[in-house]
Amino acid sequence: MLAKRIIPCLDVKDGRTVKGVNFLELRDAGDPVELGAFYAQNGADELCFLDISATLEQRKTFASLVKEIAQHVNIPFTVGGGINGIEQVGVLLESGADKITVNSASVKNPQLVNDLARQFGSQCVVVAIDTKWVNNQWHVFIHGGTQPTPLLTTDWAKQVQELGAGEILLTSMNHDGTKNGFALEITRQISLSVSIPVIASGGAGTMVHFKDVFTQGMADAALAASIFHFKEIEINDLKNYLRQNKIPMR
Amino acid sequence: MKVAIVKYNAGNIQSVMFALQRLGIQPIVTNDPELLRQADKVIFPGVGEASSAMKYLKERNLHQVLVQLKQPFLGICLGMQLMCSHSEENDTECLNIFPLAVKKFPPKEKVPHTGWNTVYNLGSPILKGIKENEYLYFVHSYYAELGIETIGTTDYILPFSAALQKDNYFGVQFHPEKSGVAGAKILENFLKF
Repeated sequence: MLAKRIIPCLDVKDGRTVKGVNFLELRDAGDPVELGAFYAQNGADELCFLDISATLEQRKTFASLVKEIAQHVNIPFTVGGGINGIEQVGVLLESGADKITVNSASVKNPQLVNDLARQFGSQCVVVAIDTKWVNNQWHVFIHGGTQPTPLLTTDWAKQVQELGAGEILLTSMNHDGTKNGFALEITRQISLSVSIPVIASGGAGTMVHFKDVFTQGMADAALAASIFHFKEIEINDLKNYLRQNKIPMR
Repeated sequence: MKVAIVKYNAGNIQSVMFALQRLGIQPIVTNDPELLRQADKVIFPGVGEASSAMKYLKERNLHQVLVQLKQPFLGICLGMQLMCSHSEENDTECLNIFPLAVKKFPPKEKVPHTGWNTVYNLGSPILKGIKENEYLYFVHSYYAELGIETIGTTDYILPFSAALQKDNYFGVQFHPEKSGVAGAKILENFLKF
């Protein structure tokens, strides 16, 4: 049976993980390669690395980092952050990334999703959607959730599937960082509206939240950052709990 | 040990290279028939589309080279599908090492089949040490039907061939290079075969 996936997400700036990670097992928890390999050995099903570098110079570091990650990590991983062109994606995939994620650039230029899918295959194109509940509707936001768009989230999700996206990474801005649980309703709505996998992100605080997002939210995968980085939840414990609750886990 | 990776227009061989390097192997990547014939093992990876991949192989006469190799040969994902007889992906005639059809998943569940799934009814030297219902990593929209060559089965929408073997030819639908410790074990078994 196909397992639901647990995905730790690492923010990377200038080649270093950003959030203050305190892992006693690691020599250097700021090293994305070592942290990624640690997660891979400790139950993660996939990894996500987001480049939050501000400058072009720092971005160049990222491609060589991706190569190093690919050398040391034996599970699939997605990379993203500021991706806006085919050439950039080509470099990241050739460096060994399995998938890339596009966000703001796909809203500004939807054709990019189509071009990427044609060139590299849908299986490596993850469209990240940041959504926010405003005026009684779920709207798409871009630029790290700072800029509203007229797009409704369900419409946009259907559209990116049509354009060739292979997966959707859905983050609720209302829930992100709250630790009060994932946005179950919109996750479920998107999951029912498209025929590609949906990764839920934003709001994870307890193990129950993961159970809820897989059952009520109908997510195919769940992504979280700080609760894993700060060891509030160990991935293997989480997966045991989910197994006990009849959710298929690797 | 000389390990050759077949160079063709289906992408991302980097992950396979790195997985082999983790096992202490430095593979060569080539589409030179002579180098392929001389290798101790040949790996045929691939993420891409069937008809353009077959076109590339035929233009270089590699389709005839690949079916006549005597050493252990391992096709991965699209590589395995191209080793079958025919693919529904753009109605493509394939290498016919395995006399099996490759079909598109009916859209009863999410397609592509993405993620970790269990493999059962295991029976092959390259799956030695892998437990029944081990989880391995898949990403694909087309599947190979079951046949006497099936050495591992996975259920998604329907049961399909997760792994195939005929003589020295092996094919796996999952990605051993991305399947953690179990995947590395399968690659290691292949290298020892």
